[in-house]
Amino acid sequence: MDFDYFTQLFLGGLTRGSIYALIALGYTMVYGIIQLINFAHGEIYMIGAFTGLIVSSVLTMMGMPALGVVVMAAMAAVIYSSAYGYTMEKIAYKPLRNAPRLSALISAIGMSLFLQNYVLLAQTSDFLPFPSLIPDFEFWEPYAHMITSPELVILITTFVVMVLLTVLIKFTKIGKAMRATSQDQVMAALLGINVDRIISFTFVVGSATAAIGGILIASHIGQINFYMGFIAGIKAFVAAVLGGIGSIPGAVLGSFVLGWTESFFTGYISSDYEDVFAFIILVVILIFRPAGILGKSETQKV
Amino acid sequence: MTVNNEIKKSFLASVWFMFLTFPIMVIKVNTVSNTVEWRWMNMVGVGVGAFFLSMLWRYLLVKKEMGGKKEKTDKPGLVQRVLGERKFAVPALVVLGIFTLVFPHLFSMYQTNIMISALIYVMLGLGLNIVVGLAGLLDLGYVAFFAVGAYSYALLNLHYGLTFWIALPLGGLLAGCFGLILGYPVLRLRGDYLAIVTLGFGEIIRLVLENWNEFSYGPSGIANIPKPPLFGLDLSLNQKTIYLFYILVALVIFTIFVINRLQDSRIGRAWIALKDDEIACQAMGIDKAKTKLRAFALGATWAGMGGVIFAAKTTFINPASFTIWESVIILCTVVLGGMGSIVGVISGALLLILLPEYLRDFGEFRMITFGTVLVLMMVFRPGGIVENVRKTYTFKR
Repeated sequence: MDFDYFTQLFLGGLTRGSIYALIALGYTMVYGIIQLINFAHGEIYMIGAFTGLIVSSVLTMMGMPALGVVVMAAMAAVIYSSAYGYTMEKIAYKPLRNAPRLSALISAIGMSLFLQNYVLLAQTSDFLPFPSLIPDFEFWEPYAHMITSPELVILITTFVVMVLLTVLIKFTKIGKAMRATSQDQVMAALLGINVDRIISFTFVVGSATAAIGGILIASHIGQINFYMGFIAGIKAFVAAVLGGIGSIPGAVLGSFVLGWTESFFTGYISSDYEDVFAFIILVVILIFRPAGILGKSETQKV
Repeated sequence: MTVNNEIKKSFLASVWFMFLTFPIMVIKVNTVSNTVEWRWMNMVGVGVGAFFLSMLWRYLLVKKEMGGKKEKTDKPGLVQRVLGERKFAVPALVVLGIFTLVFPHLFSMYQTNIMISALIYVMLGLGLNIVVGLAGLLDLGYVAFFAVGAYSYALLNLHYGLTFWIALPLGGLLAGCFGLILGYPVLRLRGDYLAIVTLGFGEIIRLVLENWNEFSYGPSGIANIPKPPLFGLDLSLNQKTIYLFYILVALVIFTIFVINRLQDSRIGRAWIALKDDEIACQAMGIDKAKTKLRAFALGATWAGMGGVIFAAKTTFINPASFTIWESVIILCTVVLGGMGSIVGVISGALLLILLPEYLRDFGEFRMITFGTVLVLMMVFRPGGIVENVRKTYTFKR
């Protein structure tokens, strides 16, 4: 048990956790507002990564400087993912707002299947190499053996996104409207909140954070394919449940816990069953503390 | 004025979708040779398609809303009325029965094999129908129980030489036990968690089968699984296939019988009631967890038996046959056919499995069509093709 290895695993888990957090935020926000598990959320993340790859390749070929490429690709990914999230809500979820929960869930699965195969047919089923958009910083050289600069960028970006999101929800008018809508849609509508718009807005914000996650992880791992959203989406969902679904700090905490457990598990025990482990945590959490670490347990009233 | 308005709306939708699909449909980057392919024709296609589809979409939505406002009649649909009438039902069943009996002799081996796979899906669909259609529990890991059944036959045969007829109930039983073990902790929770946990369970089973080489022979799978024997007679491959077909037909009939009886039993009514209103149901003295667990375990048992037959049919199994998408296809058959309706599920399964077999060229669009079907069915016709109409009892003075 030497200490350097431990630190490495710890920081690796931290990076992993921040990526999960970026995706889990979207899950938790959507769940908080309309109590729907948005199955297609992982696909939004995948579309963000694909858009980022396409835009950055085209711009690089046109001869744009590296910094410009990063900014443009990230912007395009965020815009397109948000647009997809918005459209998805309008088509697959809005007509089902008053339908039984099961219907909306099945519709979400259909949407996820559709988006995956849409990218598969329009693009390719192969793994595409993703250029590493984040350069190695010179000033970070002395610490690079512990945590590489791309990982540092991931951590900082996640932190910034989280602070922005907290500010948005706690201190702005639209954030207040979001909280009101999640508590009671009818009452919120009576008080003059445009509930439809708030729900759309939630989808847009959630998709945007997922897109940021998509770009970051793709340039960190170095390859993408149409299937990447599925397992990432499931794990982010596990993280959201772990922290208590519907709670934003819970999603972040849950993501870090999941990131660390996975990192230590694969580092010290075995990497064969890496994905199994996330599911086992999920089942155990649901048995002993269904509301999650930070979630409030709901008592059902008649 | 309204026509203009509609055209304007559709035009906006078309522009929006052209924007939306621009990077993914139009640009294709070849990262190896660093070239970009611009496929402008796709954009035109999307634009025109979105224009007309958005019109159709809005028309259907309006129509659906109008339909919802009408007095909801409890009259059964056409199919159920026809089946309810003895005059039509008996001859129809006789014709269907004769057709099934002569099917393997009329058509080629290839057709019979396709029919066998379709019938396996009918069985799986009917099993999942207990869980999703009757009890209203969304099970996304149904294929895990299917895998348990298939592997229990393959392994028991490999190690202990057990035959098909012993493995069939045993496989069902084992899968049912797995259902109990998994269901017990999870069923106390709210419905949507169940979907995720079962999904996770499906993946766990697949990953374990793939990684645990000593137990399941890993990704290379198990080969040479025998087909069912008939009193020790030496059958040719063709005869074996025909025999398997008849076994399957018998099992499907058995399944229909069981589910039909269950629906009207105390348990079945409890399931349906639980799907509608859990609180009212508990107030009436129904044990929520136990009732759900029964549905879950029973569904799993059917998947297990389906798995045993699947192993006997293909004579080779490996973990690749048991991916999450298999569960989604089975779910699709139930949703498309009509949740809770036996006739619906059967027609849904036959439609979804046979159509892609005969439209091979269309193969790559299969999954995208499934996705679209799921969304469209939920939005426009949540009851499925053959909508299930509950029994109504009229009070006679």
